[in-house]
Amino acid sequence: MNFNRRKFISRSALAALSLSVKADVVYGRFLPKGMKLLGLYASEFKSLEGKHPEMIVLNDRPINAETPAHLLNDKLTPNDLFFVRNNGLPPRSPDKSTWLLEIGGNSVMRKVKFTIEELKSKFEVVSLNLTLECGGNGRKEFNPPAKGNQWGTGAVGCAKWTGVRLKDVLEHVGIKSNAVYLAYYGADTHLSGDPNKDPISRGVPIEKALEQESLIAWSMNDEDIPLLNGYPLRLVFGGYPASCSGKWLNKIMIINKVHDGQKMLGSSYRIPCDPVAPGTKVKDEDMCIIEEMPVKSLISYPKTGATLKLAQKLPIAGHAWTSASNISKVEYSIDFGQTWNSCNLSQSDNRYAWQHFDAKVSFPQLGYYEIWARATDSNGQTQAIILPGWNPKGYLNNACHRIAVKVV
Amino acid sequence: MKYEDKIFQQFIFLINLLSVLVFIIVLGGLAYIPLEITIKEYLDKPRYSKEELSERLKQREYAIAREKLNDPDLIEAGIHVQTGLIYDKNLHYIKKHCISCHSPKLIAQNKSTRSGWKQMIVWMQETQGLHDLAEDEVFVLDYLAEHYAPKKLGRRANLDIESIEWYVLELDD
Repeated sequence: MNFNRRKFISRSALAALSLSVKADVVYGRFLPKGMKLLGLYASEFKSLEGKHPEMIVLNDRPINAETPAHLLNDKLTPNDLFFVRNNGLPPRSPDKSTWLLEIGGNSVMRKVKFTIEELKSKFEVVSLNLTLECGGNGRKEFNPPAKGNQWGTGAVGCAKWTGVRLKDVLEHVGIKSNAVYLAYYGADTHLSGDPNKDPISRGVPIEKALEQESLIAWSMNDEDIPLLNGYPLRLVFGGYPASCSGKWLNKIMIINKVHDGQKMLGSSYRIPCDPVAPGTKVKDEDMCIIEEMPVKSLISYPKTGATLKLAQKLPIAGHAWTSASNISKVEYSIDFGQTWNSCNLSQSDNRYAWQHFDAKVSFPQLGYYEIWARATDSNGQTQAIILPGWNPKGYLNNACHRIAVKVV
Repeated sequence: MKYEDKIFQQFIFLINLLSVLVFIIVLGGLAYIPLEITIKEYLDKPRYSKEELSERLKQREYAIAREKLNDPDLIEAGIHVQTGLIYDKNLHYIKKHCISCHSPKLIAQNKSTRSGWKQMIVWMQETQGLHDLAEDEVFVLDYLAEHYAPKKLGRRANLDIESIEWYVLELDD
C-alpha cells in the first residue's frame, strides 16, 4: 500500500514535471519502468546505509559523505562514522565466502587466486590502526575553486584494520625484479552502467606495496568492513591518498610500468610537478601523481561554536597524522597564530596511526576566539596557516584546522 | 421581618443551592459518558522523553520535506526545492541534460567561470559519455556561469560565522 502510494506520487511528479517544464529528459524514453529519475530525489532524507545520520552527504550518485569534525573524537573512528568516497556503484550484496582475489600481471612469477579463508589460513593475520584520508580532503577552501566533491575537513578517519600483509602475499606469489607498480581492480561499476569501464583503478609504487603496514584487509574495528567502505575485501595504505586503497578488491596486477588505469591520468590525484600560481592552467604532461600525504591535524573537541565563561578552562582534543614516521608535536593558538602553546601528545600505535592531542586552554578576556591547531612531524614538516600550494583539482590542503569559541 | 419568615427564606435558599448542585452533578455525569473515551485517551497518552519528542518532531519535519520534494514546481527562497538548485528560466536545461547521470548536489557545490564550466562539460563528453548539448549548451552555460560562479575569497576565507550554531559548553570546573 505504501509502495503503491509512493509509486503513484513519483509518477504524478514525473508527469507534472514534464508538463511544467515542457521539455523531455534526454533519453527519458530509455528510463526503465518503475525507475525514478535520480536528480529529482537528490535530497531524500534517509541516511546512508550503515552510516551515522549526521554524516554530511556531498553527493548521492556516487555516494560521497564526510564526518563532521566533532564526531571524529573517538580514538578509532567507528565504522558508521568513517567517511565514504565512492567513484562508482558498490557491488550488490557481495558474498565473503565465495569472494575471489586474483593476483596477476606481467611482473608476477605465476597467477594465483585466493578466497578470503585461504588468505586467513596461509598468511599471518595482522591488525594495525591506519589512517585513511582522501587526497581531496579540504578541497572546499581552494580559490580559484577546484572541481569535484567539495570536501570540508571530514574525509579522514583512523580504524583498526585486520588482514594480511601485501608483502607476505606477494612474496608467496613471487615478484619479478622488473616490477614497478601495483594496480588494483574492484567489483564496483561505472556510473554509466558500462561493464567495460572501471569507475576507478589506481594503485601504488611497488616499494609502497611492500611496506610492513600495507594490508589486504577484511575487517574494520573487528567487524566486517561496511559495504560503502569496500566489503568484503580492500587494500589499506596509510600515508597515501585513500584512493590508492582499492575497495571491493578482486584483482591485483603487478606490472612493469606505472599504472594508467581510471583516475591515474589527467588531473586526477595528480598535482603540478612544479608549483604554480593559483588558477594556472597546467598541461597533463606537467602533472605528477600524488604519493605521500602531508602532515595534518583536526580538533575534534569541542564542536565549533562553544561558549564558556572567563573563569572556565576549555579542554580541547583531536588527532594528528602524517606519512612520515610519526608526529613529533602539536601546538594550538588562540591569537590567530601569534603565539603557539604545546599540547599533550600520545605515542603512535604503529606507523600511519593517528596520534591524539589534548590541552586545557584559558582565555585572557571576554570575546571571540579561534582555536587553531598545528602539527609537526618527525621530518620537521608542519601545517600551512593559509592555503598551501594551489593545484587544479584542489588536493593536499593541510591548512590548520580552526574552530570558533566565545568567552561570555 | 418576622423571625419565622427569615428561617423560611434561608430554607428556600438552601433548597435552591442543593438543586443547582444536583443539576451540575447530573449534567457532569451525563457529559462524562460521551467524553469518557477522550478523557481516558488523554490520561493514557504516553509521555515522550525529550529525545523521543525531538525525534518525532524531526520525523514530522522530514515528512513535510518529503511532501515538498514531490512538488516539481515548488520554489522556496529562490531555490527549486526538488533539485536544490537556484531557480531561473534556464533551469529546465539543467534538468534535461545534467541530472539523469549525476546528482544536482554535484552542480550546487561547485563554482566556476563560464570557461571552467565549459571545460567540465567537455571532460564529461570525453570521458563520461555525456551527449552533445547542441543548441542548448549556451543556455546551460548561461545558467551555470550566472548562478554558480566563483566568489573572491582571497588566500583563506574567514570561518563561516553565519553557519556556526553557538551553544553553551557544559564543563566541570
